[in-house]
Amino acid sequence: MGLGTYLRNIKDAALTIGDGLAVTFSHLVRKPYTVQYPDRLPDGVRVQDTLPFRYRGILEVDLEICTACLACERACPIDCIVIDAEKDKAAGGLVMTRFDIDMAKCMYCGLCSEPCPTGAIHHTPEFEGADYSLESLVRKFVKTPVLAYKPKKGGETDPEIAPILERGMRYVNEFASADAEG
Amino acid sequence: MQELVDRLVADGLAPGGIPLWACYLSAMLVFGGIVVFVFILPIAGITTWVERRVAGRIQSRIGPNRTGPAGFLQWLADGIKSVLKEDIVPAAADVPLFKLAPYVVITGFVAAFVVVPFGGPLIIADLNVGILYLTAVTALVVVGILMAGWASNNKWSLLGGIRSAAQIVSYEIPAGLSILPVVMLAGTLSMQDIIRHQGWAPWTWHVFDNPFTFLAFFIFFVSALAEGNRTPFDLPEAESELVMGFATEYSGLRNLLFFMAEWGNLYIIGAVVTTLFLGGWQIPLALAEHPVPRTVLQFAVFFAKAYFWVFVAVWLRWTLPRIRVDQMMVMCWKYLVPLAFVNLMGTAVWMVLFPAGLGGVRVLLCLCAAALLGAFGRRVVFHIRRARLTRQDLSFNPLSTARVIG
Repeated sequence: MGLGTYLRNIKDAALTIGDGLAVTFSHLVRKPYTVQYPDRLPDGVRVQDTLPFRYRGILEVDLEICTACLACERACPIDCIVIDAEKDKAAGGLVMTRFDIDMAKCMYCGLCSEPCPTGAIHHTPEFEGADYSLESLVRKFVKTPVLAYKPKKGGETDPEIAPILERGMRYVNEFASADAEG
Repeated sequence: MQELVDRLVADGLAPGGIPLWACYLSAMLVFGGIVVFVFILPIAGITTWVERRVAGRIQSRIGPNRTGPAGFLQWLADGIKSVLKEDIVPAAADVPLFKLAPYVVITGFVAAFVVVPFGGPLIIADLNVGILYLTAVTALVVVGILMAGWASNNKWSLLGGIRSAAQIVSYEIPAGLSILPVVMLAGTLSMQDIIRHQGWAPWTWHVFDNPFTFLAFFIFFVSALAEGNRTPFDLPEAESELVMGFATEYSGLRNLLFFMAEWGNLYIIGAVVTTLFLGGWQIPLALAEHPVPRTVLQFAVFFAKAYFWVFVAVWLRWTLPRIRVDQMMVMCWKYLVPLAFVNLMGTAVWMVLFPAGLGGVRVLLCLCAAALLGAFGRRVVFHIRRARLTRQDLSFNPLSTARVIG
């Protein structure tokens, strides 16, 4: 090591340490990024509202657009979804008598919402799932037997169901497209 | 300290009939007790809080802010928690050594306060070997650390202890060699006399006496950091490699003692740097004529200067990554030691050539330091501006780009 290298090493050390100190010092006068969840959030802000659209929180089912195809039940790797559906001629299609998701088992993999044709089963940004018993973590979506949804030719016209279906399809399509957001 | 007792005795404040040595002894004990419990323990504790707050802001987060105003009481909570924890001794440990080690470390650290000035006449003992005594007792810490590393019967602890020994022994040399120019200039080892040799004005400080002491100041500060096991020289602890190094097996109060020594050591580094190079407690005499306000002012000045260097040490810790063992050795033996020798020789030659010092050079060095600070300030402004320009990219805060989802 020549004298030139030696002195240059000293110069480099001093300058780079000085610049590093300048970077960290500049941080001292900036505002922290910390979000003080849960008790010191800005007024009227819920953290759940700020999470991405595709955040994998607690599962939810829109029974209005569920076709009872059982794709989600088959997709679930740990069988936490149980659906009972029977053909009922009088009612005019499949009637669901049970749609239970055991959130205590669910591992939030998202495989159930992938094959769903209408986006009926989807994750919500809700994540505060703490509870006092395992039983209460089983989400029962069918309160009274309900007729499964049948897709109509030419698009949905019912003003109550249309926005739900639109949202569901958006959820499904974001799976499909490679440049999906979030 | 002796002057203070002498004055009290002369004023008739000491109760009659007590021999003078008993007055000295009781004054020592009382003042020593006050220093340990009112000054050393809180200063070590509060420094942990300062460190965590500064670290938080440097990393764009908040830091402890729940215990007391701005989290100020966090250090008390941590201390109480540590004291209440179980004191675990590993089954295969060398029990007497294991139990003794933290006390050796804390003794080396507290004993250093004997010669650390606090301002004006406030010093526990103004030993005539002051700075030599200080380097000697702070070296006691390495015995404690090595003892802890060995007695824990744990390979991480042992590696930590060995690294610490290598590091502290190595860096004693540049630190000692950087103290020598100051000792030569002041002609004394006594801490108080070294301060008295300087004035209140920056150009009368030892750091600006000549270019060699200017360099010696930086070498001493870096070596002192290394001796205090501070990042970037925290190889003996090295959380990512050695869990917690020599302190791995310690819990509860004993662990607390190690950390108190580490953080308290920062203040000693600051105080020694202030004493040797930065004019200590010197203030313009015209500011306060009466001894009491003058002492208070001197204490404030000394504390501010010393604590500034504590802040710098904290700031450095959160700026630089830990260096490797070989880099640590290269830095000491190839850079700091030769430069420290150059400083020693240079100062000696300088003193022969200019026995009274050169006023022009002193002012010039002050201006140099001011220019360095100015250049540094410009870099800080540059980084703040750049951060503002790229604010969008930097924004990780979901609340700042709040989106409402359907």
